[in-house]
Amino acid sequence: MTVDVSALENTLTAEIDAAGDEAAIEAVRVAALGKKGSVSELLKSLGTMTPDERKVSGPAINGLKNRIADAIAARRESLKDAAIDARLSSEKVDVTLPVRDAPAECGRIHPISQVIDEITAIFGDLGFAIAEGPDIETDYYNFTALNFPDGHPAREMHDTFFFNPGANGERKLLRTHTSPVQIHTMEAQKPPIRIVIPGKTYRCDSDATHSPMFHQLEGLVIDRTANVANMKWVLTEFCKAFFEVEHLAMRFRPSFFPFTEPSLEVDIQCDRSNPGEVRFGEGTDWMEILGCGMVHPNVLTMSGLDPDEYQGFAWGMGIDRIATLKYGMPDLRDYFNSDVRWLKHYGFRPLDMPTLFAGLSG
Amino acid sequence: MKFTLSWLKDHLETDASLEDICDRLTMIGLEVESVDDKAALKPFVIARVLSAEKHPDADKLKVLSVDAGDGKPVQVVCGAPNARTGLIGAFAAPGTYVPGIDLTLSVGKIRGVESHGMMCSERELQMSDEHDGIIDLPDDAPLGTSFASYAGLDDPVIEINLTPNRPDCTGVFGIARDLAAAGLGTLKDATAKPVNGSGDCPVKVTIKAPDLCPGFALRMVSGVTNGPSPKWMQQRLLSIGLRPINALVDITNYVTFDRGRPLHVFDAAKVKGDLVVRRGQAGEKLLALDEREYEMTPEICVIADGNGIESIAGVMGGEHTGCDENTTDVLIESALWDPMNIARTGRDLGIITDARYRFERGVDPEFMVPGMELATRLVTDICGGKPTEAVIEGYKGHTPKIVPFPVAEVGRLTGLAVENKEALGILSRLGFTPDGSGDVVDVAVPSWRPDVDGKADLVEEVMRIHGVDEIALEPMTSHDAVNGRILTPLQVRTRTAKRALAVRGMMECVNWSFIPAAHAELFGGGNPELKLANPIAADMSDMRPSLLPGLLTAAQRNADRGAADVALFEVSGTYENDTAEGQRRVASGVRRATARAEGAGRHWAGNAPAVSVYDAKADAFAVLEACGAPADRLQATADAPAWYHPGRSGVIRLGPKIVLGHFGEIHPRTLEALDVSGPLCGFEVFVDAIPEPKRKPTRTKPRLDLSNFQAVSRDFAFVVDGAVEAAEIMRAAAGADRKLITAVKVFDIFEGASIGPGKKSIAIEVDIQPVDRTLTDEDFEALARAIIANVGKQTGGVLRQ
Repeated sequence: MTVDVSALENTLTAEIDAAGDEAAIEAVRVAALGKKGSVSELLKSLGTMTPDERKVSGPAINGLKNRIADAIAARRESLKDAAIDARLSSEKVDVTLPVRDAPAECGRIHPISQVIDEITAIFGDLGFAIAEGPDIETDYYNFTALNFPDGHPAREMHDTFFFNPGANGERKLLRTHTSPVQIHTMEAQKPPIRIVIPGKTYRCDSDATHSPMFHQLEGLVIDRTANVANMKWVLTEFCKAFFEVEHLAMRFRPSFFPFTEPSLEVDIQCDRSNPGEVRFGEGTDWMEILGCGMVHPNVLTMSGLDPDEYQGFAWGMGIDRIATLKYGMPDLRDYFNSDVRWLKHYGFRPLDMPTLFAGLSG
Repeated sequence: MKFTLSWLKDHLETDASLEDICDRLTMIGLEVESVDDKAALKPFVIARVLSAEKHPDADKLKVLSVDAGDGKPVQVVCGAPNARTGLIGAFAAPGTYVPGIDLTLSVGKIRGVESHGMMCSERELQMSDEHDGIIDLPDDAPLGTSFASYAGLDDPVIEINLTPNRPDCTGVFGIARDLAAAGLGTLKDATAKPVNGSGDCPVKVTIKAPDLCPGFALRMVSGVTNGPSPKWMQQRLLSIGLRPINALVDITNYVTFDRGRPLHVFDAAKVKGDLVVRRGQAGEKLLALDEREYEMTPEICVIADGNGIESIAGVMGGEHTGCDENTTDVLIESALWDPMNIARTGRDLGIITDARYRFERGVDPEFMVPGMELATRLVTDICGGKPTEAVIEGYKGHTPKIVPFPVAEVGRLTGLAVENKEALGILSRLGFTPDGSGDVVDVAVPSWRPDVDGKADLVEEVMRIHGVDEIALEPMTSHDAVNGRILTPLQVRTRTAKRALAVRGMMECVNWSFIPAAHAELFGGGNPELKLANPIAADMSDMRPSLLPGLLTAAQRNADRGAADVALFEVSGTYENDTAEGQRRVASGVRRATARAEGAGRHWAGNAPAVSVYDAKADAFAVLEACGAPADRLQATADAPAWYHPGRSGVIRLGPKIVLGHFGEIHPRTLEALDVSGPLCGFEVFVDAIPEPKRKPTRTKPRLDLSNFQAVSRDFAFVVDGAVEAAEIMRAAAGADRKLITAVKVFDIFEGASIGPGKKSIAIEVDIQPVDRTLTDEDFEALARAIIANVGKQTGGVLRQ
């Protein structure tokens, strides 16, 4: 007996083609290839055949089995793809709907903090440490130790914020500059000293360019050789790095401060011909930016250093001022107003961290 | 300090240009603040009126034909009564800006007649108030040339911003001396030769306050005629902004600016008896020359006569003895006053005068008498009269300071290589007297330089005259090849705290360190030692005890502007007392309305709920963890300060003693007292209280052992009393097996009738990580029993059925 598989194959092929989903194709598989499936039954019939019959029918039935199995697998694959496609098409959404802003995009760092970080990056590279000191100071550290004479106008109530005298009669004050930290540092630490001191300072003043509270950056270098030539270099390098320009003409001109001798004021070259914009390293205007000088021998002596052995220089500049010059805020008072519109516009994203290797402002 | 170029050239022989002079002034420390080169007056030319006809349509106007020197007469309509044929005056062509009327001329029609320019009055050129007629010049005035140049109005005015240490440059002569030393010309001799007086001065002087008046010189000139001062003097005074008064007064002002020597003149006829220099007395008053009345105190030095006080010494004279056009006998005073006392008097009385400006800086004591001689000469030259001998009281002479000067100090402090000869030459040209030729030279300081005390001052003199620009930049050597960490742990944490809060969507503020007293008191402040004696405003009086009041009121200001959902923070100082240690470093923040870290306001995917204590807690813990606080050892307890909602706030503790912060919703009464509306939550983290991590000898991280056995989790729900805190259950569960249990998380809280009144259910997920073998069902059951037992024992909780 031989078996003609073609009729069965035609039937099964038609059933496979007709299967509309994965369940239907599974039913076809069970009916054909399952234990009692039509193809399996044919395979079983091989046992009852003679060797000659088997020689003919064996390959025919096995061929049928393989072809049906392949056809089922292929059909199953295409049904699966069709099902995925059908699901995907039903899952379409409107991708133009807005998502919530990332918190890191909404938060802001205040320009003063950012600029202090910029300053820290630069002076860190120059081998300086950052020092700090208290806002509430004594007359000694704010004035006397800095060589302010008795009766100096800065010691008056109309310039300086004072507290009421304490039990011991001492009248404390809000520091008018960051310079007292110079004294604290020299008292606590032997040279060499290289520090910069950012911090809050206070004076009785209020208008568009003066605020009763503002921020200063003090610098101090003390060793056995630091001189005006070094000071000019440090300040020039700082200004170029801070304003992120390759060349910047600077004008050092003699001036006067009680705590330095010689004293200098520094102007930087700028172009203010476009209203509301300042460009550094260009133009013909000069803008005053800082005061500096060699630490006065009296200051060194009062801090316990011999001015014939140690020498050095100091400078001070307004952080709010250099921030304004660089980033262009029109009114100093806005710095302290906590208006979120201002903070959003002039503030910095929290991941914009000033570094020298990536550029201070990116 | 203002002066004109021609005035400077009275004392300085120089060919230098205005620009060179100004540049050099700035570079030797006399910063030029402004220069008015009078270019605005250049277009005005001298012109002749060829004819003057009556205007056809106006009685008071005339139609002039004017020749401005180019032979092309132009027609000008003019209303001046003195306009006439042949008059020579100052003509402005169309296009010229006329400063006195603040107008740029154009060709116009006046009553139908075209006018091509203007013949000017003195007022129109801001020369004087004269406006009765147009300028009328002599016949020999050169037609077509610059009127300003002809009239001496083109003298550039220079204003310098004088530092307080340079009294010698409060006079033009001193400025000339500096420029000459800097090589810009030759200083002219300006020695004031003594005047031959005759007869004693009839008014005597007694100094009863020698500490305030180290010298007083007086002389009378009788028979003077006190009219207007000469034109050249008036013009110079006008150029620098002083109004000419009369010759005697103008002379004192002129010497003040020419030599930095203030003087005073009394009308001798109005002085009763002799003069006494003494301290004022309470109750005494003086009507001063500014026509205001001032009350005297013993702190004020005065000059008095038989009538009482006649002058506030060194600051301002009295109205009563002032000189006017009727003065015939004048007393000229040249005195020395204590600089500090003058400064205090000026400040206390609120008087700013040119005399105070100089005396408080310290005038040249050696010029007291020459100054009087110079003034006497000017008085006799201009007003006539006969001088008496001078009375000189109190002056004990001047002993120059001697400064030992190692000339090498110039190089040591500035890096300049200046030869000794050059350095000493500069000092000599400035009036110093170097004595000796060795390495250290004794330098005598001139009497007009009270600011020079030591060798560093002399270095500055050499540096500024030799030239700061001569100092080449010299790089500083770095301490190390690679710079190490430069920030202290607190500085690092301050910086980290700011970034950590900003990435949570908060905006950094910098608020005032001083706040209203009422606000300070609400947050535990108001300490008397932290109250300012002189706040700039009444509501900026107390050093803040907390950053919260500033942030809360800032949130409200934003809400009032329409931004209701704001999240603000500040990392800065608060003040517990007036010592350095009392200044704390705090990170603090507030969230208002729905300003949550995940987003604020309405959104299609789900609206943000109102902020709560848990938002504040999340912020506080984010800061603490970013700053390296040991997160697993932090505890929250429900005993926050009074400005928080008592049931919705907490204290963050590390062990029993260290408080690291507070968080919570703000107490409604606090909000009301601040005039602020919520919902508002906030936190305060004491960044300076976070313990510094132990310094380890290696940066190697501890060994990581990863288990090969699958981690599993089991859920439990416990019913407990309402007062039981979740943390207790978490602690109890974790304590059941510290080796196997890696985490306990709360995933559900339920309160309801089904579990009974006053009870709540807390559901936890316990994460279990087998270490050395796969756990069996029996192991899990044993662990579950241990957890249930531990929770039961420590919290009274029972497994929810």
